[in-house]
Amino acid sequence: MVKKLFVIIVLIGLAVFFYGMLSSFSGNETLNMSAAYYAENGAEEVGAANLVTAIVVTYRGLDTLGEVTILFLTAAIAAFFLKSKDNFSKRKVKESSELLKTASSMLVPLIFTLGIYVFVNGHLTPGGGFQGGAILASGLVLLLLSEPLQKVNSVLFAVVESISGLFYVGIGVAGIFLAGGFLDNSILPLGEFGTLLSAGALPVIYILVGLKVGSELSGLLTKFQETQEEN
Amino acid sequence: MDFGQIAVSVGFLLILIGVWGILTQKNIIKIVIGFSVFDTGLHMIMVGIGYVKGGTAPILDGAIAPGTAPINIVAGIVDPVPQALVLTAIVIGLGVTALMLAYVVRLYEDRKSLDISSYEDLKW
Repeated sequence: MVKKLFVIIVLIGLAVFFYGMLSSFSGNETLNMSAAYYAENGAEEVGAANLVTAIVVTYRGLDTLGEVTILFLTAAIAAFFLKSKDNFSKRKVKESSELLKTASSMLVPLIFTLGIYVFVNGHLTPGGGFQGGAILASGLVLLLLSEPLQKVNSVLFAVVESISGLFYVGIGVAGIFLAGGFLDNSILPLGEFGTLLSAGALPVIYILVGLKVGSELSGLLTKFQETQEEN
Repeated sequence: MDFGQIAVSVGFLLILIGVWGILTQKNIIKIVIGFSVFDTGLHMIMVGIGYVKGGTAPILDGAIAPGTAPINIVAGIVDPVPQALVLTAIVIGLGVTALMLAYVVRLYEDRKSLDISSYEDLKW
């Protein structure tokens, strides 16, 4: 009873606090200074049509490198906690329905294609490396749902992840020597604005991020799959 | 009310639902879902704060393409910085959720129970 009262008090307190913040929030009429700078100079300096990508990969590229590192760290810690069972592929599971099997064999190639499209076009359309990588991993989820006992080659994921991470840092360091600084995208020619081969090294970096995120999440998923046991 | 205020108020509502779920649910997986809902609310608030009245997505093509644009870019787009930050936050949120679920798997292996009230070691 006391516990429930406590929960209610916390919720009401938060609601009052949020109401205060909401009633004083009136929205913006114009961009603030840093956003206006990005809007004015982003197209010229970075050459990416998608300004969010320009900020994520180039202006705040170091943040993104840190983010990729955090994702790697969580995957590593989760893998440390999840001990895989050797006999996971021998456990008894109910046969997946015909509908799920047929649908997954039809949809998985399409999902992988969409994922690759999303991270290749990250500098032109909404999307990018993280989203594309997540789509790739969601294709693997469907595959694992339809065939729960399937053995997935997790070594391949580790190799792809390490290589793309290494190249990401390599491109960043190349920016120090060939262009303005770490992760500068102008080590490659900027190209024509709005086309697939534009924005210098930015699409290359985002493709590497996509591969890295996709293989990392896939490795995490197979880790979860391998810890399943008889139930 | 414009889109920004709608997004911010929905975000606050989602945070309240998330907190309610974290505080009241007994099943550990439902608590993890509560954290996810909380996260989503935060993301909506951050994107809502970056909304500029009458602005469109910060992707420079069509009416706001540089050079030939009929509309000035600065006046035509919403703030791209919170969107970039939310992109980061979503990925970190995913990592945190995966980590919490890994802990749940280990806890279940240990005690064969998903009920939070069977873990009383730290209760006072």
